[in-house]
Amino acid sequence: MSDITKQALSELVENIKSKKLSSSEVTKAFVERSEKSKELNAYITEDYANALNKAKKFDEKPNLDLKLPGIPMAVKDLFCTRDLRTTAGSKILNNFVPTYESTVTQNIWNEGAILMGKLNCDEFAMGSSNETSFFGNVQNPIDKNLVPGGSSGGSSSAVAAQLTPITIGTDTGGSIRQPASFTGTVGLKPTYGSCSRYGIVAFASSLDQAGPMAQNVKDCALLQEVISTYDEKDSTSIDFKRNKYSKELTKDIKGKKIGIPKEYRVDGMPKEIEDLWTKGIEYAKDCGAEIIDISLPHTNYALPTYYIVAPAEASSNLARYDGVKYGFRAEGENLIDMYEKTRSEGFGAEVQRRIMIGTYVLSSGYYDAYYLKAQKVRKLIKNDFDDAYKKVDAILTPSTPSSAFKIGEKTNDPVSMYLNDIFTVPVNLAGLPGISIPAGHDAKGYPLGLQIIGKAFDEQNILNIAYAMEEKIDFKNNITDWWIK
Amino acid sequence: MSIDLKTIKHISKLSRISVDEKKAEKLAGDLNSIFDFIEKLNELKTDNVEPLTSIAETTLKLRSDEVKSKNLRDQVIKNSPKENEDYFVVPKVIE
Repeated sequence: MSDITKQALSELVENIKSKKLSSSEVTKAFVERSEKSKELNAYITEDYANALNKAKKFDEKPNLDLKLPGIPMAVKDLFCTRDLRTTAGSKILNNFVPTYESTVTQNIWNEGAILMGKLNCDEFAMGSSNETSFFGNVQNPIDKNLVPGGSSGGSSSAVAAQLTPITIGTDTGGSIRQPASFTGTVGLKPTYGSCSRYGIVAFASSLDQAGPMAQNVKDCALLQEVISTYDEKDSTSIDFKRNKYSKELTKDIKGKKIGIPKEYRVDGMPKEIEDLWTKGIEYAKDCGAEIIDISLPHTNYALPTYYIVAPAEASSNLARYDGVKYGFRAEGENLIDMYEKTRSEGFGAEVQRRIMIGTYVLSSGYYDAYYLKAQKVRKLIKNDFDDAYKKVDAILTPSTPSSAFKIGEKTNDPVSMYLNDIFTVPVNLAGLPGISIPAGHDAKGYPLGLQIIGKAFDEQNILNIAYAMEEKIDFKNNITDWWIK
Repeated sequence: MSIDLKTIKHISKLSRISVDEKKAEKLAGDLNSIFDFIEKLNELKTDNVEPLTSIAETTLKLRSDEVKSKNLRDQVIKNSPKENEDYFVVPKVIE
């Protein structure tokens, strides 16, 4: 078998099932490539020796009926993994070793996959470029000194560079779809309540969702089928009938009504993005879909709403990091001093900024003006989608307003960084599923993505549309292995 | 609107994050530009809009009130920065 790491997940599963490859051969290949790729800084914690041992054990008694038989996989370091350090990209969790497993990762191991390590991410998933990580910047395999997007930047970099055949990320405002778009990969943010949040380090609990990140739509559907389960350990997990996403995957989308929201044509949007969108509409038509113009009138208010709701929830969630029960502690003269120094030294600048915004908008005298107002606008944004879905089955937009930018380019201006998520944030606010698929390149040769947004619980439909369009687009990622000497 | 240094100090106290003068000034600048951006929401009239408090429009499921995990003391204390037998240790609170 020539180059194992070049094979996509479905191919590897097939080769292991037909005994053309062993789990050990596959795991060894991805571990070796990961070791040669340290310059990407995609990993925070490597667990290669254990992975190779587990692969050996799998091969001794292989269960080939599983969906991910002996497949090695690295995951975002926001998922708690029993006995393996979980940092959320933060100094404050630098030494945290969970004594329990997240439901999503447990579902993955139950289907036979093997943990290879934990992938870099923005601190507490707060960022759009992976530059807020305590563990340093991640390189985009597309080009040197290019950000891989964020917050799931280690995940997108690792999948694009083929250090792991597939991975999982989390998406609070675009953290799966934007990095997927920046690296020429596929990323799905499922409906809120589809994947359990149990054991995922919390950022903004009404927005957080885990989801698959893959090299193609078929792999993405397979992993979604594995990770999406009802879980009584998450009170917001929803008990709905889940499809067999990979088995029911079809390219037949004839007659599907796809909406084009005029408000996504934002001021200053580069012509390349505009052209990509136009091309995307043509692809969808070629697949037999019907294109319908729609309006989502409150789109422009989504980002300001998000920057109240998300920090408010974060300030509350992150109150638990006090240096007492787990994580980093700074010494202080008394208890309060210890709290304040621990949090000041343990959290990075962006996290502190968001905790302060959240604390402010929830504080006495400001709650109605900010938080309550944001909740009301969030309702209007959700109503926009509800109205649109009376006319269409799905919505097609660009994933991001630009291609990947250089490391350091946007770090001094938080608002310009936030604007990256302009097309992805409304989807989280409305709790809907959205998928980003690679759809073309800009003049620099950097990948650009298109987003397909679905109705709640309609993952199958957007996966199908993505699957059909993927074939027409026929995207090729241009990875030169520049980081391997 | 403008967030002054006094407000920053107040928020930092509520957030239990210590800030020195230099950090306070940087934060004031950042927060002001973010709040300028957030002010856009005031363009909208929302008097008669119901706030969205839960995105999943389902009622919470009830479960029977029974202990499912027990004897977790060691696990709970395992990651503490400082402990003494079964207790978390913190700086002295009562003189």
